[in-house]
Formats: sequence, C-alpha cells, structure tokens
Amino acid sequence: MSGDTIVAPSAAAPLPNPRHSTVGDKVRFALRGIGQTLITLGLVVLLFAVYEVWITNIFAHREQVKVYNALHQEWLNGFDPLSLPETGPHSIPPGSGIAVLYIPRLGADYHFAIVQGSVVPDDSQLEKGPAHYADTQLPGQIGNFGVAGHRVGKGEPFLNLDHLRSGDTVVVETKSMWWVYKVLGRPDGADPEGNMTSIASKCGDGSVSGIPVPGREIVDPSDGDVLLPVPSHPGCTPTTAALMTMTTCHPKFTASQRMIVHAQLATQYKNNRHWISSGKFPPQIAALYQEASA
Amino acid sequence: MYVWIWRHLPGPLAVRMLQVLVAISLVSLLLLFVIFPWIEPHLPINKVTVPKK
Repeated sequence: MSGDTIVAPSAAAPLPNPRHSTVGDKVRFALRGIGQTLITLGLVVLLFAVYEVWITNIFAHREQVKVYNALHQEWLNGFDPLSLPETGPHSIPPGSGIAVLYIPRLGADYHFAIVQGSVVPDDSQLEKGPAHYADTQLPGQIGNFGVAGHRVGKGEPFLNLDHLRSGDTVVVETKSMWWVYKVLGRPDGADPEGNMTSIASKCGDGSVSGIPVPGREIVDPSDGDVLLPVPSHPGCTPTTAALMTMTTCHPKFTASQRMIVHAQLATQYKNNRHWISSGKFPPQIAALYQEASA
Repeated sequence: MYVWIWRHLPGPLAVRMLQVLVAISLVSLLLLFVIFPWIEPHLPINKVTVPKK
C-alpha cells in the first residue's frame, strides 16, 4: 500500500490519456500480477492442507463406518471372514473388514475395522481403514500380521502411533478371539524406539536362537523386510511368537520415511456372541483400558 | 487480475461483495472436491506402506 502512495504522483501525471502508460506502469502491472499469483498459490496450498487434515477424514470416516457395520453384521450372522484353513492361501475379498483394532493408549473411543488389503494395500483400501498386507499372517497366527494405516488425513488411524510405549496393548478383535498384542521392548513403559525384545526364531540352517526385534523403528520407504515373519531377518521364522507390525508414514505429512511398530501376541481371550451384540468389552479387555489410563 | 474482475462486476458495492463471495466459494468447492482428490494420489505424500518382499 505504501508503495502505491509513493508512486502516485508520477502515475497521475499522464492522466489526460490513461492508455499512455509509462515503463514504470508496465513494471508495476507485471509485479502486481506476479504478486497476486503467488498469493493465490499460497491460499490454494493452505486450502490443500485443510483438505488433507479435514475433508479426507469426512470421506474416510464414512467408508470406515460402512466397513465396520458390514463386518459386525457378518459376525452377528455367524459368518467369520477369517474362518479359513489355519495356514495356506486365503481369499478374503480386498476392502472388506476382517477384524477390529483397539489401542487403549489412544483412548476408549479408538477403534477401527481393519480391512483386507492387497499384497501391498492400495489407496482405496487404506481410505476405508487400516489395511492388512494380504500375504502376511492373519491375527493370532505365528509369524507377522502386517497392517498399514494413514498418519494424517484419510481417517488417520495411525496418527498417534508414536505415542505407544513398550508393553502397551494393541487389541485385535476377531469373531472368535480377542488377540492382545504388546508393543515390543523392555521394560514396559520404555520408549520402544530401538528397544529390543528377543524373539526365539529358527533360521536357515535350522538352528534356533533369539533375534532382537525393536518395538519401534524408523525405516526407509523401500524397507519391506520389516514385514517378514521375523522382522528384518530373511529366512527366519519365529518358533512360537505371533507378531504384529504396523506401518505408517513418517514424519507426518511426508513420504520420506516409514514408522514401524512391532508387537507380540501376549494373551488371547475367546470372543462370543454376547460381547459382539452388546458392544461391550469382556472384563479382561476392559481391564487393559484401566491400566492404560492409570 | 483481481482488480480487473472487481471493476467489471456489475451492481453496487453490496452486490459485488456477494458475487465475490459466491465466486470464492465455488472455486474452493471445485478445489476441495474435484481437483484435490484427483491430484492427491500423484503427490509424494501420505504413502504409508512398505513393499512386500
């Protein structure tokens, strides 16, 4: 504005013929155009941020509710999408719900239907909710149950995955079971970043040994080995451990790295129609929430 | 550009303001519900998976 007042006298001089613009006018015109374009672009980028953190959540929530309700209805009808041979290939329709995820540390309201993904879950599956890497194990199986989820926007199931501490419970409800996983790392309550738990594993030559697996790690986006039955150890399988691995983006808003959280099955409880239809937690699960808020 | 648009809007001040508000709303809606959803999958953000080996 102050610029306008300074140049006003010279601009006003050739008033009789306004088309008779000076070089200064042309420069001003060009600069103003560039300025306005930049301001406009800035506003568009701001609006994009609004879209990412707000609008996408509205659509994703709608999708998630659909999947959750459909899964719940299947369970009430006595159908379990996971009632398949214990091992071997399975064919669960991608994009349909398979289990419900609860993380007491992230609040009593926190629950997401986990959808079946592709070998690597795609955008349409991830928009519905956290998605299972199809080739990894199913909940409760020995090996590694891999789940990817959005960090910012799109329902943001894994927004606060970094709040989890070692020993925190991650509960996966299926029609038949409540699987209680605990974030790796010792002791309970420690920062799980790089904090290891030893997983008894059988490797290539048949020897059994304890392989340390961290509770949380930040890895390169290409590091698919974190989903292996024994994370980051090709050719090894756990002897008894059922692991769960969650992947999301890191840092927030970017794709430059991935945050990985590993957990191990600690306990399991039978699920039944009573808990499914009442929408309440069995006492053992309710107790996990009291522990988390204590 | 904005000055040019403003000069060419018909009507008194209040009517012009209304037109501007409507125009901004339309552009915002177009961006939020058409252009951003279309462009977003092509941006290097919000990638949460690792390749399966």
